[in-house]
Amino acid sequence: MRIISYLFIGIFFGIVMFKSEAASWFRIYEMFQFQSFHMYGIMGSALILGIIGIQIIKRKNLKSFFGKPIEFTPKDKSFSRYMYGGILFGLGWALAGACPGPIFTLVGAGFLPILIVFVGALLGTFLYGLLRKKLPH
Amino acid sequence: MEWIFEPWPWYVSGPLIAVTLFLLIFMGKQFGMSSNLRTMCTLCGADAKADFFKFNWKAQRWNLTVVLGAVIGGFIAANFLSNDLAVAINPKTINILNELGFSSAGTNYLPTELYSWEAVGGIKALIILLVGGVLIGFGARYAGGCTSGHAISGLSNLQKPSLIAVIGFFIGGLVMVHLLFPLIF
Repeated sequence: MRIISYLFIGIFFGIVMFKSEAASWFRIYEMFQFQSFHMYGIMGSALILGIIGIQIIKRKNLKSFFGKPIEFTPKDKSFSRYMYGGILFGLGWALAGACPGPIFTLVGAGFLPILIVFVGALLGTFLYGLLRKKLPH
Repeated sequence: MEWIFEPWPWYVSGPLIAVTLFLLIFMGKQFGMSSNLRTMCTLCGADAKADFFKFNWKAQRWNLTVVLGAVIGGFIAANFLSNDLAVAINPKTINILNELGFSSAGTNYLPTELYSWEAVGGIKALIILLVGGVLIGFGARYAGGCTSGHAISGLSNLQKPSLIAVIGFFIGGLVMVHLLFPLIF
């Protein structure tokens, strides 16, 4: 049952997001004030292990759990969409103090006003879908 | 085992995020949370309004399941794996936040000045949370990913676009905290 595997990966991820305090507005604020190594340590160590692991997968041609080749699709080339989109995302990340993963985790943790951020994020996504063709990509 | 109930240090949390990344990679998938917002828009009928939402959402059911798990994970962590929800941020940060009017700094997981029904009833907090959410949703889709998709997934695969996006995340975050917060709060 693959669906159960995804559920457990999600539960694991949710626990890590909450217990690491990466889902805390205060930690995000502290990070942007450069007053703690905590968030940089989390992202930095995840990233270093991620880079090493992906290099090993590529060089050893490792297969997935189901025996299929693992493919990494390169991101489309562009500057403007990543920079403009990134800045808008960063403004929201710092204001609401949550990124999409922690938004879901905080719902489960019982901080229900986060649902307002969630509704806003759905509206923002919808707005992007409407305006996409008019935006520089 | 008492450490489980304490906040987890970065050198435990970061590697566990890498474990999440690799579990999904070995399941043949990609780690990325914000794309679920697009799927949810489609499920709400947004495909009738914009072509961007016309796609086979069923192929994304696995990711919606991860989201459901993330919600359950938050419930388990907050209710069964935590003694004290207060986040011990830097005392200097607490001072700055106190001056901005966040007296809950250092005593809670989220600021009650924003994330309590009492605060939300005061309209200002409601607008802040809503606008924050809109920026998150719009920006993540415009940039093609969020913290998980770009900062972890994309950068791990040495993608230059992800580096540009992450630099953007930080420009936006720094502008918000250092230039806009003093005007907003």
